[in-house]
Amino acid sequence: MAATMTSSDHTGQVLAVDGVSVRLAGRPILDDVSFTVGPGEFVGLIGANGAGKTTLLRVILGLQPATAGSVSIVGRPAAHGRGLVGYVPQKIHLDPDMPVRARDLVGLGLDGHRLGIPVPSRRRRELVAEMLDAVDASRFADQRVGNLSGGEQQRVMIAHALISKPRLLLLDEPLANLDIRSAQEIISLLAKITSQQQVSVLISAHEMNPLLPVTDRIVYLAAGRAASGTTSEVIREDVLSRLYGYHVDVLNVHGRVLVVAHAGEGFEILAGDQAAAQSAHPDHLPAGTQQ
Amino acid sequence: MSTAFRVLFAPGFFASSPVHVALAIGGIAALVSGIVGTFTVLRGQSYSGHALADLSVTGGSASFLAGISPLWGFAGTGVLAAGIMDMIGIRRPRGRDLATGIVRGAGLGLAALFLYWGTTSTSTTGAAITILFGSMFTISSGVVPLAAAFGLPALAVIAVLYRPLLLSSVSADLAAARGVSVRLAGLACLIAIALAVSLAAMTVGAILSTALLVGPAAIALRLTSTPGRATLMAALIAVAATWVGIVLAYDSFTWPPSHDGWPVSFFIVALIFLGFLAAQLAGRSRRAAAW
Repeated sequence: MAATMTSSDHTGQVLAVDGVSVRLAGRPILDDVSFTVGPGEFVGLIGANGAGKTTLLRVILGLQPATAGSVSIVGRPAAHGRGLVGYVPQKIHLDPDMPVRARDLVGLGLDGHRLGIPVPSRRRRELVAEMLDAVDASRFADQRVGNLSGGEQQRVMIAHALISKPRLLLLDEPLANLDIRSAQEIISLLAKITSQQQVSVLISAHEMNPLLPVTDRIVYLAAGRAASGTTSEVIREDVLSRLYGYHVDVLNVHGRVLVVAHAGEGFEILAGDQAAAQSAHPDHLPAGTQQ
Repeated sequence: MSTAFRVLFAPGFFASSPVHVALAIGGIAALVSGIVGTFTVLRGQSYSGHALADLSVTGGSASFLAGISPLWGFAGTGVLAAGIMDMIGIRRPRGRDLATGIVRGAGLGLAALFLYWGTTSTSTTGAAITILFGSMFTISSGVVPLAAAFGLPALAVIAVLYRPLLLSSVSADLAAARGVSVRLAGLACLIAIALAVSLAAMTVGAILSTALLVGPAAIALRLTSTPGRATLMAALIAVAATWVGIVLAYDSFTWPPSHDGWPVSFFIVALIFLGFLAAQLAGRSRRAAAW
């Protein structure tokens, strides 16, 4: 992968987050977060809801100023790296009444920030068609985005984000609200297409298990702090206990990883996947086994 | 054929100069309303449009007192109100409701005062009817260039910001991440809406102006799935409804009960409403069609 690095990046990293802290209304949201994403790397940003994942992505996008620290994208400050970043925001409501087809939304990924009325060109049409094909969205290309299913909308959003050939793709909880099958399809699609396009990926999720097979490294966010490394470096009791500030257990249940904290007499699943969390929750244990 | 022609166009229609002025002002207003209206509906700003329409009553009635064309007042208060609404916080959904509500209430209070003065000083209810429901056949021909001067900047805003406005109506975050100044684009669009409303208020009156703004766009959004076609179609529908309305109003001078004509506004709004019903039925029979 190092061979794909271009000479223009000073640090050799596509994304470098250095000591970023964010306070909102006096409340610390992120506390000295540092990590890097290298060329072609597929990095999972793991953390519970409210751990600061969206805030971190917004800082990287230059939409949220950091209280301290810096972000550089291919060696440039975040605000100047915009053209190099593709973004798939958290689940957005797409109105079926909106006259925007999948094809139109992907086209806006190419030139949505430009002024003036778009001039239809064969080159633009072909680029859009190729991109739709790459995310396997050609068969619903002419439907309104508001009428598509969650998984189909994600494909269109990914095509929208990738058509401008960014160096870094940020995805905010793209698997939330998807059924397991669609989530798997989106993950394998992402892994395939981003390695073809040689784009680095930072993908946030509160359920880490579906992501673990494809991630090169993960960034684990808890209590506003981050730990990063390979899964085996980060998902460890000592590392995560230090991050959370209290003791947590890492369990391996049928090939799924769960991070569990003791809470009073019971326990709480801090991270894992929904299905595992359901079956491990004390309320779901067979009657009589509860303390 | 010529009998049908004579039935449709009552004698003197083409020679009448009030008709010429009405066709010109109505055409300009409809074109601008249809195009700007598509973006009003797309961006979910119909409520702002309503508030701007109510507020134009304030300016319209003040102009009447001052003895100048109501168009000055319609546009002046509209643009001013657009600025105030942006300042109060039109970007947040709840802030938007409050901002519009507060500005709308204050404006309508003033309108009540101005209309009262207007009515008592001239001892006629003509002012109120003209401002609220329009009176196309009494507009002086000098207003035509003024209407064009207010219409052009509104069309220019849509033409220049076509893609950023479209992208930010899909998702403000998505647009901001691509470097679009969402707030500035929103303010420009609101000013365009205010100008379109003021032109529509000249045509069908302040109260009915949103029917011309939102109606044709609503029809177009049901019949077509691409933003460009919806915009063009809304413009055509608005112009057609306005011109046919003018023809029918001219014909109605021979109609009961009193043989002094039905209001143009009634015909235009009724045509738009019938069009909407037809589009709704057509849409139901081929919902989510690609066209």
